[in-house]
Amino acid sequence: MPTFNYLILSFILFLIGTTGVILRRNALIVLMSIELQLNAGNLAFLAFARALGDQKGNVFTFFVIALAAAEAAVGLAILVGIFRTRQTVNLDEVTLMKR
Amino acid sequence: MEYSLRLIPLLPFAGAALLFFFGRALRRDWAHIFATLAIAGSCLASAYAFFSALPEAREAGGLHDLVWTWMSSDSLKLDLGLRMDALSGVMCLIITFIGTLIHVYSIGYMSHEKDYARFFSYLNLFCGAMLVLVLGDSLPVLFIGWEGVGLCSYLLIGFWYQDKANADAGKKAFITNRIGDFGFLMGMFLLFEATGSLNIPDILALAQAKSPTLLMTIWSQPKAFWAALFLFIGATGKSAQVPLYVWLPDAMAGPTPVSALIHAATMVTAGVYMVARMGALYLLSPPAMAIVTLVGAFTALFAAIIGFAQNDFKKVLAYSTVSQLGFMFVGVGTSSFGTGIFHLLTHAFFKAGLFLCAGSVMHAMSGSGDITKMGGLRKLVPWTHGVFLVCLLAIIGAPLFSGFFSKDSIISAALATEIYGPDLAWVGKLAGVMLFVAALGTAFYMSRLYFLVFSGPCRADEETRRHIHESPPEMVAPLVLLAVGAALSGYLGFPGGLFDGTSLHIPNLLAEWLEPSVGHELHVSHLVEGGTMGASSVLAFAGLGLAWVFYGGGYREPVKKFAAAVPGVVSLVRDKFRVDELYGFLIIRPIRALSRGLFLVVDRILIDRILVGFPVMVVDVFGRLARSFQPGDAQRYVAVFAIGIAAVFYMITRPPKPEEIKVKVDHFAVDADAGQGLGGQDLRYFFDFDGDGVFDRSGPSPTAHFSYEGNGTYNINVVVQDPKWGTIRNLKTKVTVR
Repeated sequence: MPTFNYLILSFILFLIGTTGVILRRNALIVLMSIELQLNAGNLAFLAFARALGDQKGNVFTFFVIALAAAEAAVGLAILVGIFRTRQTVNLDEVTLMKR
Repeated sequence: MEYSLRLIPLLPFAGAALLFFFGRALRRDWAHIFATLAIAGSCLASAYAFFSALPEAREAGGLHDLVWTWMSSDSLKLDLGLRMDALSGVMCLIITFIGTLIHVYSIGYMSHEKDYARFFSYLNLFCGAMLVLVLGDSLPVLFIGWEGVGLCSYLLIGFWYQDKANADAGKKAFITNRIGDFGFLMGMFLLFEATGSLNIPDILALAQAKSPTLLMTIWSQPKAFWAALFLFIGATGKSAQVPLYVWLPDAMAGPTPVSALIHAATMVTAGVYMVARMGALYLLSPPAMAIVTLVGAFTALFAAIIGFAQNDFKKVLAYSTVSQLGFMFVGVGTSSFGTGIFHLLTHAFFKAGLFLCAGSVMHAMSGSGDITKMGGLRKLVPWTHGVFLVCLLAIIGAPLFSGFFSKDSIISAALATEIYGPDLAWVGKLAGVMLFVAALGTAFYMSRLYFLVFSGPCRADEETRRHIHESPPEMVAPLVLLAVGAALSGYLGFPGGLFDGTSLHIPNLLAEWLEPSVGHELHVSHLVEGGTMGASSVLAFAGLGLAWVFYGGGYREPVKKFAAAVPGVVSLVRDKFRVDELYGFLIIRPIRALSRGLFLVVDRILIDRILVGFPVMVVDVFGRLARSFQPGDAQRYVAVFAIGIAAVFYMITRPPKPEEIKVKVDHFAVDADAGQGLGGQDLRYFFDFDGDGVFDRSGPSPTAHFSYEGNGTYNINVVVQDPKWGTIRNLKTKVTVR
């Protein structure tokens, strides 16, 4: 399969992720969308790594996966904290610092 | 000669700092022990410097102590320096000695107070500031002390600040003094402008040499006149002379030891000291001396008259102080500076004694100072009575008591002086006569006070009378010492040569001490001297007798008749000639009105509305605009961020814009190759030469040729495509074929 198709898939994934981040109001869904964006990046890395025969892309993918795991852990912890104090994870209602 | 003078003011300052910061933590008895030891140590240090070190340094211009160089800028070099010559030495002795006595007295007087340490802290601070004032080697250092004592005066008048009247009296004193201080500053600036120095010895040396810079005329008077006049305005504020005397009677709101120390014995004499200090400058301008003399004489008389009708113990003494300060100013104004300082010395003793007696009496009378409710205290407070009697005899000038010598030497100096020149010769004579009348007045109102308080039956109510008691020993002991001083201090300045040629020669010690500082004692002939003494003895006893007729043993028939005969005069005098009301009408009310106008126009409209409102509006508008970009919604930021990234991505992947169009003879060649951008590889070019929307040529080459079939104007459209990203650029142009 040509590299271009992988990149198209990666682009579509990234677009879906970005749309989710921008439009969804549920913080949990937003976090999931961010994971989607990261994985779109991973896919692009892997596609290029295969096309160019270079292992650096694979290595970077592992880094990104590790980072994504850490981010999910911290993000979910914050989410739980917010839910405990405010009884909601709706981003429109978490406006303590707005004014 | 260098000598560590800094110890003298430093001790009280240290005591003040200690009590100020740690006073609440200290036990009460430690507070007064520290304060009293500090001032007593300072007294010993002054005495040692004066009697042991100073005589050796007379030729060198006294003892000098350079603490540090304060500022050095171009021609101005200012040291924080102290100097003790005979004049400042005598002042130091007075301040520290009387100060020590009053500290001891305060232990008893203030014993019921809550803010005990604060009181002693301020008292020590005052002593330190006063010592800086008299020891200051340059005018700015003197001014530090000058302002420092003003501050302490303010703090101590308003010591019982919970009572608004006391706080107001403090403010009145401070503000009135500020007016005088403004004059003092002006004088200082003028002297610096004229002499280029602020160092007192430098200025005095120039004045003694009759330097032309000081004699340069402005507005038909030499600069020395204006400088002296402005400095004297400062002195009228600090030393409560007409027209700035109004604060001193109100200052009696403070605790009585404060009245005795600050508002009788020391601070208020700062103006007299300053004029004596700058004596050489004043001598340059007889008119300035005449003004000093006349203001002093007028004040002496005016305040004495107000004293006739006051019914508050301390108010009578306050006006008496104003009056006696007037005497001192006549002393220095007639160029016999020594007599002014002499009266300052004796006055410090007897007036401090009188005030402390007032405190003792008020202590006995449960805090009231109303003399109409007193009487008959002679037996009840015998020690206080004895001391008061001695001080009374001293202040009215009864023969052989201290006030007798000092007052007479001032009056005889006024009569004998010739420094005003022929045009103003009347000044001295007039001042002498006014002082005679003032002396008679002094004898009258002080004796009135004595009779109303101590003689006859007691007019107090039953409750108060039962509590009348003599004061504790720590209050009586300073009183007795002051009484001794009031009786004997006159012999320090025994008028020169009164008994010359007889076996009874008594030297004029004070004049000898002061000679290097203020020059020779004015020579007064025996005739004037003896005449003055005789006349003033007669006047003293006349005043005493008159007071006996009116008030002996309480209010008698003659005084009631007198009051009934001229009620208008009596109430006018009792209301202090309504000077406060006059000032209120002439100065305070216009200033209030002006301030109110300024507040409404400048503050409310100009500042609040325009200067504050307009920037606020601008910031607000921009703030609203900026706020719409900062909704606080992270998702909106992400959206903007994504759009931004997309835009950047689009911009950098666009193919380069075709630029060059080359014209050949019969056909056109378009060269659209404009170098390589990011997406520069593998571009495709589309050429439409005749504007019909159909591409005539296409391919990877940036150049293309086309031949037109007829003349005319054609639209050319070139499109560049990057097939990888699908982005395009195009160029439109026109050519004319002929």
